[in-house]
Amino acid sequence: MNSVTFASASRISSKSTDLPRATSQMRASRLAGAIAAYLGLGLALVIVGIPTYWVIIGALKTNREIYTVPSTWWPPNPAWSNFPAAWAAAPFTRMYLNSIAVTLVSTTLKLVNATFCAYAFAYLQIPGRNLIFMFILGALMIPEEVTVLPNYLTVASLGYVNSITGLILPTIGSAFGTFFLRQHFLSLPREVIEAARVDGAGHLQILWHVVLPLSRPVLATLILLTAVARWNDFLWPLVVTSKDTMRTLPVGIFFLFTQEGTTEWGVVLAGTIIVIAPIIALFIVVQRHLVEGIASGAVKG
Amino acid sequence: MQSIRVPRPTTVASPSATPAWSRDLLIFIAFIAPNVVTLCVFSYWPMIRNLWLSFTYWDMIAPEPLWIGLDNWVEVLTSATFWTVLGNTLVFTVGSVGITIMISLALSLLLNQKRVGRNLVRAAMFAPAILPGSAIALVWTFLLAPYYGLISQAATGLGMPMTRWQNDPVWAMPTVILVVIWKTTGYDAVIFLAGLQGIPRELYEAARVDGANAWQRFVNVTVPGLSPVAFFLTVTSILSSFQAFDVIRVMTGGGPVFATTTLIYQVYSEAFVGFNAGRAATYATILFGLMLAITVVQIRMVEKRVTYE
Repeated sequence: MNSVTFASASRISSKSTDLPRATSQMRASRLAGAIAAYLGLGLALVIVGIPTYWVIIGALKTNREIYTVPSTWWPPNPAWSNFPAAWAAAPFTRMYLNSIAVTLVSTTLKLVNATFCAYAFAYLQIPGRNLIFMFILGALMIPEEVTVLPNYLTVASLGYVNSITGLILPTIGSAFGTFFLRQHFLSLPREVIEAARVDGAGHLQILWHVVLPLSRPVLATLILLTAVARWNDFLWPLVVTSKDTMRTLPVGIFFLFTQEGTTEWGVVLAGTIIVIAPIIALFIVVQRHLVEGIASGAVKG
Repeated sequence: MQSIRVPRPTTVASPSATPAWSRDLLIFIAFIAPNVVTLCVFSYWPMIRNLWLSFTYWDMIAPEPLWIGLDNWVEVLTSATFWTVLGNTLVFTVGSVGITIMISLALSLLLNQKRVGRNLVRAAMFAPAILPGSAIALVWTFLLAPYYGLISQAATGLGMPMTRWQNDPVWAMPTVILVVIWKTTGYDAVIFLAGLQGIPRELYEAARVDGANAWQRFVNVTVPGLSPVAFFLTVTSILSSFQAFDVIRVMTGGGPVFATTTLIYQVYSEAFVGFNAGRAATYATILFGLMLAITVVQIRMVEKRVTYE
């Protein structure tokens, strides 16, 4: 608390010393700076906003409106029928369930792997553990894109092509999460963990009752990052599924596009919105936490 | 420590000479085994298998791959396709990473000022980073559609000839790069912003007292203060640009001809379009080697900086 009041006090004092010095020239340059800043912010908003707006109204246009030039900026009779048409053109219900199942199970297993592993490397004194930790870190350098063919062969030989298991299996190992959580675990006050041990708590109890409650924000960040990556995953689901009903949403809308092509844009755009909307809704809720979590993780790590 | 309700009876230290850690060994193994096994099977083993497959010919239908020694390597490294694909990867990486870093740096400087609406802009710019690349690729395919696409209408309005953007041999790569920049700029800006906010305020005050103007403060305080973050972002962006797949798959399919085929795209198309496992594995091994080299350089540079400081 002290540092906050100190910072705001210093800001006020610097402002008050600045003011008498502010000549009209300085005021003009400050105004120019403000105008430039707002122009920049406005431009940024337009660059994101216009494509977003265009897709939303595009999903509400009839074919005739979409292919008429110049385009209208507001559809006079919103064609809501594009949404049920999209839902009928691809098995969206099934794809939603697939995406939810894959994201939930994969994120959970990956997190469990990362948590236990990070705990072991942070708190269990075993000779040679640094060597094993290096081995786990080494996996960070192997991107899943490079492993896609051998993993396909492995999953195929296990008979898991076109199955939820196949979609999940290669994604549950955790190198980054282990590293990320271990860093955090090491920063926790050692006395607290020692005290629990003296009280006779076992490792599972310490993990569950001491370490995890102290790690909620870090866990939340890791869960969000993992879940977003799983939900958006494209290459692996594309490769390991060939049936419509086994696809996840990002792959599903791609096939909706290849099937409807550029002649049914209204339906394709409606499908795109069906895929995007829940992510945007979730993003609005967790936005601040996600953005700050990513920022702090990147700067500290 | 009220949360621990059931204290276990303390185990009596065994009188034998077993070291203290041996008691933890079993639980250590139990805790790390699932992760280590998964990483072995789905990260390490694939790299070994890629290397091995790169010495074989296999259409993934025949029961066994056929050993052909270095044939794939000779064939790939002497083919025009490989050098085109490598060149494309470089252009894509330099273009997307370089421009994204510059724009996101500028954006973060804007967002670091106390202006009305900056949180809204930050959130809006960040959003594309968490959306599926395939959805974003569809959005841009619609915007860029010849004749009726918004951008095509604007371009013809400005007197440009009608262009088939991602289907045009010249424009395809810049178009894909542009979409990737649009998707990633907000994410990079947020990380730059955190870096900016980590620069101690006193440094700016001191520079101000010494009479430094805004530009001098930027060059002498902001730039050195941001360089670790910029370095981190550049390396991670280069690595992730090597993995960019979904936008290319949806927008161009690697084409027209090979215009937007990058290394990762070539791995995919050799394996799952051409069914040539050996050649796909060769490309995958090359891609892995490149990424490994970049990571090693990164670790070296970080170590250097740490020792010099």
